[in-house]
Amino acid sequence: MGKKLLIHNDKVPGIATLEVYRAHGGYASVEKALKTMTPDQVTDEVKKSGLRGRGGAGFPTGLKWSFLAKPEGVNRYLVCNADESEPGTFKDRYLMEVIPHALIEGMITSSYALGAKTSYIYIRGEYFYVARIVEKALAEAYAAGWLGQNILGTGFSHDCYVQVGGGAYICGEETALLESLEGKRGNPRIKPPFPAVAGVWGCPTVVNNVETIAAVVPIVNEGGEAYAKIGIGKSTGTKLISASGHINKPGVYEIELGLPVEEFIYSEEYCGGIRNGKKMKAVVAGGSSVPILPTELILKTAKGEPRLMTYESLADGGFVTGTMLGSGGFIVMDEDTSIVKNLFTFTRFYHHESCGQCSPCREGTGWMEKILKKFLNGTANESDVDLLWDIQSKIEGKTICPLGEAAAWPVAAAIRHFKQEFLDVARSKKFVDVSHYNKLYKVNA
Amino acid sequence: MSSQVHGTQNFDKAKRATLKFSDVAMQEAQTIISHYPEGKQKSALLPILHIAQAEFGGWLSPEAMDYVADILKIKPIEVFEVASFYTMYNLKPMGKCVLEVCQTSSCWLNGAEDIVKHIEKKLNIKVGETTKDGMFSLKVAECLGSCGTAPMLQCGASYHENLTYDKVDKIIEDYRSEGKLKSYTDLDYKNTL
Repeated sequence: MGKKLLIHNDKVPGIATLEVYRAHGGYASVEKALKTMTPDQVTDEVKKSGLRGRGGAGFPTGLKWSFLAKPEGVNRYLVCNADESEPGTFKDRYLMEVIPHALIEGMITSSYALGAKTSYIYIRGEYFYVARIVEKALAEAYAAGWLGQNILGTGFSHDCYVQVGGGAYICGEETALLESLEGKRGNPRIKPPFPAVAGVWGCPTVVNNVETIAAVVPIVNEGGEAYAKIGIGKSTGTKLISASGHINKPGVYEIELGLPVEEFIYSEEYCGGIRNGKKMKAVVAGGSSVPILPTELILKTAKGEPRLMTYESLADGGFVTGTMLGSGGFIVMDEDTSIVKNLFTFTRFYHHESCGQCSPCREGTGWMEKILKKFLNGTANESDVDLLWDIQSKIEGKTICPLGEAAAWPVAAAIRHFKQEFLDVARSKKFVDVSHYNKLYKVNA
Repeated sequence: MSSQVHGTQNFDKAKRATLKFSDVAMQEAQTIISHYPEGKQKSALLPILHIAQAEFGGWLSPEAMDYVADILKIKPIEVFEVASFYTMYNLKPMGKCVLEVCQTSSCWLNGAEDIVKHIEKKLNIKVGETTKDGMFSLKVAECLGSCGTAPMLQCGASYHENLTYDKVDKIIEDYRSEGKLKSYTDLDYKNTL
């Protein structure tokens, strides 16, 4: 059983309320930080912890914080990215829904470190009911004096607000999120300047994922060094993994980084193996944008070493034989899954979600969707596989934000590892979907 | 001005004059505006559009967008460019219950397409259409963050997960008998949590 730091109390009845959360040690990090530490000391603990951004990019959080410009007389902001939209990812939703105070506590402690008097939690619009849960928790925190003026009599004042989005994947990109927070279309900004210098309303801003901010709580409570002892190498601490697809036990799991992938998929503690006694065919390990890997490469690296759930091990082999930990959206597919069709759902998604600013992404995602549709309606030719490859290679690195890469990588990886399947569909002039969903007929209790 | 801004749609001045938020909704809107610094009230646009959509029959008419522009003291085009960018804002009338079935990977792997077909057959409409009685609209949606509980559909503020055919039938019956749903910003809904 691995150590849990974020959702260890998720089964405690009433943990969404301040009273129960507090009774289980909640808000201790606020007390400790505000009463016994300077803001820089908090940042130092986060640096020591080795915490890396949990939204997908994996950038060191302490370093990101240290980039924050601190000009005199200019407001600084902390913005929480709760626009969780990467297909396969639902961990932030779980955390906010079940233990909303964990996020709020992290927001206060982090804001203290950054010197932010105001913070915003930007929640995707579809998570409307989750936003209400967080707002309710915020109201409790205000009433108990954890937010507002002169918190704990320390002179530190802080306001935290929720903003709901309008349904746009692109707003998970931090500068698009800031545009959206300003009441505009979610078009990513050209960088530099980075948000740390000019973020929301032109003020220095740090944007962090929900899980990242929640992780600051145990880091401050137990110290950065203790946190860094969990995990392997530069992958420290714990990570929430959203497991879905053809597994026996889909859900959100907190793992210690370094857990072998095979154990995660097959042990009863986690995914519980493949549903219906089927064999596994492929895994998308970190949300839809990371390269898909066939069974042999997800369980073992090309060198034959067991693949581990760490940033480094999953990336071993680069994009030729490796993938990424990403957001931790872990989608498992059984032997009957059509990789072609799954790729189509991803590409349709990216086409739908492209903001339209950059031609390679706006047009490229549309073309890729169209070509993949040809495979599904039996009109594709073998040469379409090469065409698909050609288009994806012309998107990567040519767009303002990484949505271009996110759309190109899954296409490249699917062709790289499953080219024969594409060719077979093209040659047969017929697409047969052999997936079976007997689950749909069962009456759920 | 607004009629040009909103393109080919006719701008109805008389309709615009009748539009007004309820007191509760206006209070909610003012609270949201107060969350932002002085002069940055435009930031409240996205949440207030959700309120407008709930207040004005589930969609954003040119008149409704004009009204929101007035509240925020911004130009109508600034409202339209946002309303047309985000998928949750309807720019045409919808049914009372908008069933949005997630169709991305994990939901597809678990049979989302068959759920869509089942609803199409049951309601006798296609994706993008509304039933004749104006009760249901069917849409497909991209990943709604419910991958571990796939397949799923969203209706208003509610997530319906781990769908089976029986469950879908029951959801439709429930909405039909209630005749009303909890919308994105149904202000009463806030108190039911």
